[in-house]
Amino acid sequence: MTTRSDAHGGVIHDIGYRPYTGPRLGRRYATRSLYVQSLRAAFGLGRSGRSKVLPFLLLGGMAAPALVMLAIALFAHLDRMPKDYVDYLASFSVLPQIFLAAQAPVLMSRDLRHHVVPLYFSRPATRGDYVAAKFAAMFSALMIVLALPLLLLFTGAMLAKFPVGDNLLHLLYGLVAAVLYALVYTALGLLIAAATPRRGFGVAAIMGVLMISFALANLTYALNGGFNPARTSSSWAFLISPSASVEALVNRLFDLSTDDFSALHAPTGAGAAVFLAVLLALTAGGYALTLRRYRNV
Amino acid sequence: MNTTVARLTARGLFGRRRVLILLAVPVLLLVVSVLARSSGLDELDLAHRVLGTLALGTLVPITGLIVGTGVIATEIEDGSIVYLLAKPLPRWKIVTTKLVVAVGSTWLLSAVPLYVAGLLLYGTGDRVVLGYTVGALASGAAYSALFLLLGVLTRHAVIAGLAYALIWESLIGSYVEGAQTLSVQQWGLSLAEAIAADGTVIAPVGLGTALWLLVIVGVGATAYASVKLSGLTLSGEE
Repeated sequence: MTTRSDAHGGVIHDIGYRPYTGPRLGRRYATRSLYVQSLRAAFGLGRSGRSKVLPFLLLGGMAAPALVMLAIALFAHLDRMPKDYVDYLASFSVLPQIFLAAQAPVLMSRDLRHHVVPLYFSRPATRGDYVAAKFAAMFSALMIVLALPLLLLFTGAMLAKFPVGDNLLHLLYGLVAAVLYALVYTALGLLIAAATPRRGFGVAAIMGVLMISFALANLTYALNGGFNPARTSSSWAFLISPSASVEALVNRLFDLSTDDFSALHAPTGAGAAVFLAVLLALTAGGYALTLRRYRNV
Repeated sequence: MNTTVARLTARGLFGRRRVLILLAVPVLLLVVSVLARSSGLDELDLAHRVLGTLALGTLVPITGLIVGTGVIATEIEDGSIVYLLAKPLPRWKIVTTKLVVAVGSTWLLSAVPLYVAGLLLYGTGDRVVLGYTVGALASGAAYSALFLLLGVLTRHAVIAGLAYALIWESLIGSYVEGAQTLSVQQWGLSLAEAIAADGTVIAPVGLGTALWLLVIVGVGATAYASVKLSGLTLSGEE
């Protein structure tokens, strides 16, 4: 109880406020939460129904042809799948690209536009953790989109009693291709998305870069006599486009579709190593530039 | 047509450094055609590759998409369209003004460079270059109208436009013949076929069908966009 003289003296009373003494979950927990939340956001989970439509439509669009092929292989008694795993990813590469273009700005641009990035950085998670969590989330989301049809194809191959060893090996090739696609796409997509707070512009820019570089790579290939089998040096043109260089590298590394005229192939020997180095440099460079982007927000 | 709205739209489209990004497309086309000139390939084949596949097939849709959605979708997205809608202007006038700016910009950024690139590559022979240019003008206008409509209809206008251009026109169009009848790109190509000398350009869609569909899509999309803009509800961030 206070008396009149105490009140005039200006006493501070202990009314029982206590600091938080429980466990602090710390930096790693915060990073992991950011990863989980970003991965869910990439598929619109935990958001309105309207933002779920697009990612699931693209996921479905990527998986549907695999289901059709599975059904055809089962009912027509084929002795192999209509498309090999790596070939499948190359044929439908536009869907994961659109997925990237649509969802990378969801992960990056929104935080920038609503100025919440500084709030993240006032917590234990650092700038590096933020970029790492976003990168991992986008990578995982793309891996889900890329690997799901491959697993469906593999299931189909097992149901149709195709040789296990051969299919397992080709599934692994497909997964290697998926990892490479996902790494390069994520690095490029996040970098572009982090550069603009406007979602629409980010979408168009990511897709523009991927599409125009692919068209340019094909054109350069054709101009340098690419369809003439004697001139293998023209396949260096695929380095212009990230998606074409992944396809060309994987086809060369595992000696796939060698008889297919339309499949892309990297140059032999040291050429393949250069392709791999360029892809890794693209990924590392994109990641480093994204980190740099968040140095001061 | 309202000059103030047109001026503001053009500024929104080209203002700041955005013009540099938009200019990348025509510059790329010109660089490619200068490089391709010295490749020693068959000239007609080269013209088809650069003008048909690269320009009409990729650059015109991309430009139409960025410009068509850029004139209205960005304003709807950041909510600043309300200041324009609050003015005593008929909505159809806003739509047509923005469409005029979009069509003009698409032509300037894709059809004109296509013509110059064509002259560099092939010259004026067989009216091939003229044909491709007219095709690019027509399909550029149709793309602008279509993507402007998408910008009014949905918040995911860019994605929807990409899905149309890439999945419908390129992916499905290359497997299913019938899908090409409903493809803006093929209508443009059909105009190119009609103008160019016989047998130089081949299009899968007939000229009559293409012309009618172009007119229907252009006028229909504009009219529908006006109707939709009259009853536009602004939704918050999802």
